[in-house]
Amino acid sequence: MNDMTPSREQRIANLKGMGASRKRVEDVRFTQGKGNYVDDIKLPGMLFGDFVRSPYAHARVKSINTEAAMALPGVIAVLTAADLAPLNLHWMPTLAGDKQMVLADGKVLFQGQEVAFVVATDRYIAADATELVDVEYEELPVVVDPFKALEPEAPVLREDLEGSAEGAHGPRRHHNHIFLWEAGEKEATEQAIDASEVVAEEMVYYHRTHPCPLETCGTVASMDKVNGKLTVYGTFQAPHVVRTVASLLSGIEEHNIRVVSPDIGGGFGNKVGVYPGYVCAIVASIVTGKPVKWIEDRMENLSATAFARDYWMKGRISATKEGRITGLHCHVTADHGAFDACADPTKFPAGFFHICTGSYDIPVAYVGVDGVYTNKAPGGVAYRCSFRVTEAAYFIERMIEVLAIELGMDAAELRRINFICKDQFPYQSALGWEYDSGDYHTAWDKALEAVGYKELRAEQAQRIEDFKAGRTRKLLGIGLTHFTEIVGAGPVKNCDILGMGMFDSCEIRIHPTGSAIARLGTISQGQGHATTFAQIIASETGLPADSITIEEGDTDTAPYGLGTYGSRSTPVAGAATALCGRKIRAKAQMIAAYLLEVHDGDLEWDVDRFVVKGAPERFKTMKEIAYAAYNQAIPGLEPGLEAVSYYDPPNMTYPFGAYIAVMEIDVDTGEHEVRQFYALDDCGTRINPMVIEGQVHGGATEGYAIAMGQEIAYDEIGNVKTGTLMDFFLPTAWETPHYTTDHTETPSPHHPIGAKGVGESPNVGSVPAFSNAVHDAFRAFGLRHSHMPHDHWRIWKIARDLGLHG
Amino acid sequence: MAKKMQVTLTVNGETRDVLAEPRELLIHTLREQLGITGPHIGCETTHCGACTVDMNGKSVKACTVFVAQADGADITTIEGLGNPDGLHVLQEMFREHHGLQCGFCTPGMITRAHRLLIENPNPTEEEVRFGMAGNLCRCTGYQNIVKAILAAASQMNQKEAAE
Amino acid sequence: MIPSSFEYHRPSDLAAAIGLLAEHGDEARVIAGGHSLIPLMKMRMAGATHLVDLQGLGDLKRITVSADGISIGAMVTQAELIAHEGLAAAVPLLREAALQIADPQVRNLGTVGGNVANGDPGNDMPGLMQCLGATFTLEGPDGSRDVAAREFYHGAYVTARADDEILTHIRFAPPAGGYAYEKQKRKIGDYATAAAAVLLTRNGGTVASASVAMTNLSDVPVWSQAAGEALAGSDCGDEAVRSAVTAMLADIDPQQDNRGPVEFKRHVAGVMLARAISRAWSRA
Repeated sequence: MNDMTPSREQRIANLKGMGASRKRVEDVRFTQGKGNYVDDIKLPGMLFGDFVRSPYAHARVKSINTEAAMALPGVIAVLTAADLAPLNLHWMPTLAGDKQMVLADGKVLFQGQEVAFVVATDRYIAADATELVDVEYEELPVVVDPFKALEPEAPVLREDLEGSAEGAHGPRRHHNHIFLWEAGEKEATEQAIDASEVVAEEMVYYHRTHPCPLETCGTVASMDKVNGKLTVYGTFQAPHVVRTVASLLSGIEEHNIRVVSPDIGGGFGNKVGVYPGYVCAIVASIVTGKPVKWIEDRMENLSATAFARDYWMKGRISATKEGRITGLHCHVTADHGAFDACADPTKFPAGFFHICTGSYDIPVAYVGVDGVYTNKAPGGVAYRCSFRVTEAAYFIERMIEVLAIELGMDAAELRRINFICKDQFPYQSALGWEYDSGDYHTAWDKALEAVGYKELRAEQAQRIEDFKAGRTRKLLGIGLTHFTEIVGAGPVKNCDILGMGMFDSCEIRIHPTGSAIARLGTISQGQGHATTFAQIIASETGLPADSITIEEGDTDTAPYGLGTYGSRSTPVAGAATALCGRKIRAKAQMIAAYLLEVHDGDLEWDVDRFVVKGAPERFKTMKEIAYAAYNQAIPGLEPGLEAVSYYDPPNMTYPFGAYIAVMEIDVDTGEHEVRQFYALDDCGTRINPMVIEGQVHGGATEGYAIAMGQEIAYDEIGNVKTGTLMDFFLPTAWETPHYTTDHTETPSPHHPIGAKGVGESPNVGSVPAFSNAVHDAFRAFGLRHSHMPHDHWRIWKIARDLGLHG
Repeated sequence: MAKKMQVTLTVNGETRDVLAEPRELLIHTLREQLGITGPHIGCETTHCGACTVDMNGKSVKACTVFVAQADGADITTIEGLGNPDGLHVLQEMFREHHGLQCGFCTPGMITRAHRLLIENPNPTEEEVRFGMAGNLCRCTGYQNIVKAILAAASQMNQKEAAE
Repeated sequence: MIPSSFEYHRPSDLAAAIGLLAEHGDEARVIAGGHSLIPLMKMRMAGATHLVDLQGLGDLKRITVSADGISIGAMVTQAELIAHEGLAAAVPLLREAALQIADPQVRNLGTVGGNVANGDPGNDMPGLMQCLGATFTLEGPDGSRDVAAREFYHGAYVTARADDEILTHIRFAPPAGGYAYEKQKRKIGDYATAAAAVLLTRNGGTVASASVAMTNLSDVPVWSQAAGEALAGSDCGDEAVRSAVTAMLADIDPQQDNRGPVEFKRHVAGVMLARAISRAWSRA
């Protein structure tokens, strides 16, 4: 030991481990335009695929004539269902246990459905050829309303299922019915509610929207006929699952398939599923022996891949007259579109919607979800959401507000008296979850204090007076939300995707010079995994994050994992990473003991080294140990320093937060201005505060868009009315509010580093906060509930219906 | 298919001749013929700005320019701003202030910001938000992008004052 | 989104441009900035076998401002219009309005001529030009003719311009008095949910003259003569504003779309007009 030895604090800082706002390693590349996204991939001889899509929402396909298209110079092939049928690839299984047409098989069920796949030498010729494919349709009656779809005389949408009374999730009671999924105690809940002093009822609709990452979906499939290897590059949030599915569908052995997710330009749930474009590109590559690229355009993206939400949630909530909640009942009519392609763990056809008791200690509850087919695009993906948690949070946070109105209570106080208390954790919810940890009261008080809640209410009271006196035409809304998320899917005993348990993985190799590479089963889509996972390893192994490379997304090199969505990367892969780091450290301890000639137990870990207990001058740094692992013959130990961990989480994690939106609303135009937005998140242990803040900003902006205007709308004959970014609302820097972020830190007791995940919290929490602000502005004038999105005309209509336009 | 025409573009200071159908979109020429894949395709209807490049000293959306229209134009893309040895101050500030996540909008965003700061070297936050209204980001919520651009402006002004 | 193919022409003078239109008839289309046309072509909702690019016509890039009149060449971009200090001083209404069109990149290529000529009811410049009482100069094989902006629009994408004519210039007298452009939109850069352009002159406490035009509230821009007349001679008080709004509402015919139902649009049209009148009056 000498004076040159850095202090312990310096050594900790040098690691840039957990808790450091480490600058992102990805950014040097991205800021220079050197990202490598799927459309950047160019392979020799590559062909381009493009779809002929249905202009109708429901029609019989009488004939498809491809002659003119095939005659166009440069066109290599035109695939139809008839070409795929011999391979049994004209239909494919969905993640939800249903099946979906890859190419129209006799009929089409939604506008934009894939009918034929043109393959040509460049994308211009492919586009020209799609116009030359002559498809004869016979229009059929269209059903876009899930309630009408369940009427006895409704047209049969899924003729392939006609007569089958049993679906993937139990009995079907109607030809357009998919499943009824239930949780909780129905009768006990009804009894409790009926016996209660105060009952509030409301139909809460969470409209259909879309994740709409800036990069659309796409793939490059390349079949090498010489060595029998299929390589598939694509926008895959779950590359390993894609490999397994591709193998099962194509019959190509899994070791002969390599799936690569390159850089992904945002996912938000859009890139979890398997789409017809992927299948067609693979088939086209197998048929032609050449690489085939398929990149969807924005209209295709919005109208055919991966909608989200579309839940009609009928709620009843009851309480004592003092405001103690006594029961919650919810029935959902879930519009799944033409095929049930929801991206949920297999056993959860309604995802984790039954987290809908939220942050509240509700003694008894029941949820029933009816899945329904309509003539709309399939999807039902978790748009920055852990499987229907956004819907659940919106539902309960609206029901709380409606109950507050029924009780004549302040909604902040109603929440406060019903929160699950700190000492109740781990908490068993009435719908079957075990909440791991939480401290809701502390977070809530901090949030109310931070925004000056009392003063805001006083200002609002004054504003109402001014409005009534004709001194202003603007109202003030204070939107409260306390949400509890459930993320980190999930325990293999009950969570799987197509049979694959939802564990995740990490493999770490320490190089002789003390740098490292780690590979994970996840894939970043902007979350900064290359930065943050290195921080976990740095803290666990004592090697600086700057000397650790993170690699994901190549199934030939990465260990099997279920991918990145549902805020699962940190809770699951993050845990695998920490445990893998600990395996490394355990072996390092044995090496250090050999080098220092002491027993393992005589050593203690100190930031980046093992130190002999009671002799601080005797130590071996991790860097020295790494070298020794490769150049010393240590009795009883294999050479090398590497490990792999697969982590099966014992439970989900339950991040929570308190969000408050303050909004000015112009009664005459329906316009709004978000004056303040405060977001307090508790995601347990914080790995990189800078990245967390970025996630909150982004998620809240998505929530703002969803609450205030973003929707996928259909007309009554099933035409998509919001097919471009002119009509599908994505806010710019101009509209987007300014955010204030804050946090409390309640670690998860069952997670190796206590982290809970944060990516989705801001979407889950901000939607009800913005929506509640709109409702709150009109509460004094008698508004109970009005459906999202709260765009100008819908807010204007609230004011008109309340008689505020004079 | 119409006859291909020869088009001359000066891209990032280098004169390039390409043979293209007149209908070819400038973004495709850049990305597929010239291998300049920094500018991206996001919406294809001029709403997202991921394809933003500088053309004859103005920010434009390359998804809505036919290559024929661009014949003779001087074009700068994200690739023309920094170099592997040194990031442009805007690139540096985007990194410093976490002004990007997935990186897909970033090239268009920085290319637009670069022009904005030439047009208005000392913008207010409101002017930055207004001047960046043609560029969508789905990840960041813009707050850190705005911060990065203001920080870059401030650094560039300080540097200029020092010189 | 890939457009169909076409032959491209870049004439260097007007005569050549008109000659190309004459030669190719309705197979030819003029392209200016292309920011209305190209998206439609990419969605294959518009097409042309011959595209005649006007960027080589330098004369059409000119803005002249004098006491006699103002002339704006059709190829002047929205950005150039905004940047022109002389124009902004003479007609501040135009800068105020142009800053509410699209976004910086689109304004760098989108032209004033394209905006007025293509007849999209969502475009802002047609209503503004009607408010200003502008005249459009059309050049064709038979020479030049002038059409008043207020007579130019016959329906959505249907105008007085013949297929073989090119709209080359917009001319109007510099307006006096107060002005305002009030535009409600779903987000920045969007077409108007409803927009009102107002020019007012004042004579003491009385409105001397008024011109009112509304955007995206019918299949054509709506210059509401009756609304102007309702204001003229009044004190521009609440009652006069109400009459003007009532008169304007009789002239518009909005359709339901994603921006909202008819009733909402009519209400907002009234609010926009009232606000525009109030602001114009305060500046008169």
